[in-house]
Amino acid sequence: MTGTKSILVIGGSSDIGHATALRYAREGWRVTLAARDLEAAQRNADDIRTRSGVEATVQALDVLQTGQLAGFVAGLSALPDTVVCVVGELGDQLRAQTDPELATTIMRTNFEAPSLLLELFAQAFEARGSGTIVGVSSVAGDRGRASNYYYGAAKAGFSQFLSGLRNRLALAGKVRVVTVKPGFVRTKMTAHMKLPAPLTVQPDRVAEDIFRADVMKPRDVIYVARRFWLVMTIICALPEPVFKRMRI
Amino acid sequence: MSNSGVGASGLSGWGNYPRVSTELLAPQTPAGARDHLLARSGVVARGAGRAYGDAAIGTQSTISSRGLNRMRSFDAATAQLTVEAGVTIADILAAFEPRGFFLKVVPGTKFVTVGGAIAADVHGKNHHRDGGFGNIVVSFRLALPGGEIVTCCRSENAALFAATLGGMGLTGMILDATLRLLPIETAWLRQDTRVAGNLDAAIDQLESSASTTYSVAWIDCLARGAALGRSLVYLAEHATRRDKDMLGPDLAPFPSVRTSRLSVPELFPGWLLNRASMRAFNELYFRRGAAHQGKVRLVHWDPYFFPLDAIADWNRIYGRRGFVQYQCVIPQGRARRVLADILDRVSRRGDASFLAVLKLLGDASGPMSFPLRGYTLTMDFPVTETLFAFLDQLDALVVDAGGRLYLAKDARQSRATFESGYPGLAALRDIREQTGANTRLASHLSARLGI
Ligand SMILES: Cc1cc2nc3c(=O)[nH]c(=O)nc-3n(C[C@H](O)[C@H](O)[C@H](O)COP(=O)(O)OP(=O)(O)OC[C@H]3O[C@@H](n4cnc5c(N)ncnc54)[C@H](O)[C@@H]3O)c2cc1C
Ligand SMILES: NC(=O)c1ccc[n+]([C@@H]2O[C@H](COP(=O)([O-])OP(=O)(O)OC[C@H]3O[C@@H](n4cnc5c(N)ncnc54)[C@H](OP(=O)(O)O)[C@@H]3O)[C@@H](O)[C@H]2O)c1
Repeated sequence: MTGTKSILVIGGSSDIGHATALRYAREGWRVTLAARDLEAAQRNADDIRTRSGVEATVQALDVLQTGQLAGFVAGLSALPDTVVCVVGELGDQLRAQTDPELATTIMRTNFEAPSLLLELFAQAFEARGSGTIVGVSSVAGDRGRASNYYYGAAKAGFSQFLSGLRNRLALAGKVRVVTVKPGFVRTKMTAHMKLPAPLTVQPDRVAEDIFRADVMKPRDVIYVARRFWLVMTIICALPEPVFKRMRI
Repeated sequence: MSNSGVGASGLSGWGNYPRVSTELLAPQTPAGARDHLLARSGVVARGAGRAYGDAAIGTQSTISSRGLNRMRSFDAATAQLTVEAGVTIADILAAFEPRGFFLKVVPGTKFVTVGGAIAADVHGKNHHRDGGFGNIVVSFRLALPGGEIVTCCRSENAALFAATLGGMGLTGMILDATLRLLPIETAWLRQDTRVAGNLDAAIDQLESSASTTYSVAWIDCLARGAALGRSLVYLAEHATRRDKDMLGPDLAPFPSVRTSRLSVPELFPGWLLNRASMRAFNELYFRRGAAHQGKVRLVHWDPYFFPLDAIADWNRIYGRRGFVQYQCVIPQGRARRVLADILDRVSRRGDASFLAVLKLLGDASGPMSFPLRGYTLTMDFPVTETLFAFLDQLDALVVDAGGRLYLAKDARQSRATFESGYPGLAALRDIREQTGANTRLASHLSARLGI
């Protein structure tokens, strides 16, 4: 089908990636899921194809193999209209404090690798003259907390990267960058955690908000749930001498 | 959709009775579900928790299928759809109704999983013509307690296939299934409403319209004496393109489904369900229904098949103590006398649900399937001190008439009642022994009934 748009999801084995791809597929977008766990990605692709009737394929990609990122982008059979990066790893904070290798993996997975990859897409989109880059960061990047500061610091880095990239691309006005900051989402990442019900959303809520911010009503930065914007504004406004004694 | 029945104090079915503690496991893949099954005993699968009683609660552990929610493939040429067991009927209709496909058998709520629909071999308003859910199942993959995964269909592992239909999760955990969808020309039903002044008239109506695809009678439980069993009988067929063009030329053949839903507040005070409010409701319901008498109208499939789904969490109206749904089937020859007796006792007691449902059923598909050729009556009762003794009296009438109670609704029948109703139990026990399920798979229902 020529004329249909296409979306590439990096991290296509995840629940948020699956829900996002399905949302676009329901509007007729062709889907490619890139993931290191190909079996899980294939399961998601089959679901998307069956539910929407739209073509959905998978591609192998481990973003930590940063030397292979350029080859991955160059090797795509077609450049997508929208690329969504949902790659992330929460990691075990306590363990990371004594295990530098794990700390490194958390920081590289949430910041370094997604940033390197999205820069490549930015350049390819610029050359083509169109495209949207969606980066899934986290509210955890808005302020460092005792319970997840490797993850939070890396997400902060990723949010700043997306902000700077948006700033660079805005001058030409052809390529858009959307930063997504989920709060609590019910996924396999949080399956073991007790989440506060009023602030917790399902993956399809994140998917819906991404689709809107990309296609329907362009936005730069979105919080999901929206009320998290207020929560984070308050948390960020707390003076450090007060914040450092709190356990939130 | 809320994960119904899960609370801090344990797990329950849709009736919120009984509530018992169990370890609730939530695997995210079919392989994960199989691993849990292999590692546990006193375990049973759980779908959307729409069975009313204790069927979907393991004596020690319960494995939720909600993470098994991916569709696999669809072949438009054969209309065969393969899905994981936690996919719901609502999911299937949302994806396929706009493409012109429906499910030939649906229960009264679309919020059930495919696994749950197979395990209870659920029936729709067309059981007398089209049989149970099992009839649209081509095959499924079942995880056995030993960890083996077997494909079951009519030509492969046929005995296991049959015992799993209506087997209430006691043969293994269904991981995925292939179903045959029903092509439809429009999303509409051609509905014909009849008023029946009493139970005999209602049964006459259902009998004389046995060739109609869908039929159901809603009985006013508060009517007494000569009006005992007064009903509205709804008959329907899928509307063809021509039907729609004649009856609703301006309507779209597949309109988008409205999504707004009412919801019942957390704990609806039980006293609101008193006789006065119920009587007023029933009067209103009847007058509205009777006004449609004799007029064939188009009704969308959603309100036609799933009227209660418009009110989210309506089970909360019964409050903290919960309720029991009583569903029996009485063989055709005995049905008029016995159902009249039951309705009479129920109306005298006076605390039954707003309405009761009467349907005509055909033959069973599996040894443990609930349906048999006869009439099935369904009513809700709030749990009170005197309820269970009263229901035991109804059970005696059912047993005497050669009938049985539906396990998907049951929370309290005795072993004797159960055993007299289900002669196919021996076949289920045999299968369970062969696969080792007898020592590993146990729900509160199976423990209570000695399955
Ligand atoms: C409003 C309402 C209307 C209803 N109307 C009808 C009706 O018209 N006709 C009818 O027949 N029923 C009806 N029911 C009952 C309902 O269809 C059945 O109880 C059905 O089994 C519920 O499916 P579930 O996914 O919620 O399963 P659950 O309630 O979670 O489980 C039901 C049974 O299925 C087993 N099970 C679930 N998943 C699996 C699996 N993957 N593998 C093996 N076993 C499994 C469980 O162990 C349990 O024994 C109605 C229920 C409600 C709430
Ligand atoms: N859930 C929440 O509450 C929440 C809140 C805020 C932000 N987020 C963010 O939302 C995004 C999606 O998270 P989720 O909740 O859906 O959890 P998830 O399923 O764990 O998603 C993380 C995804 O990143 C992938 N990934 C990790 N390392 C990778 C690598 N080296 N190469 C390729 N892919 C890799 C994972 O693949 P594998 O399947 O192979 O592991 C997985 O698909 C993440 O960025 C997360 O930080 C989530």
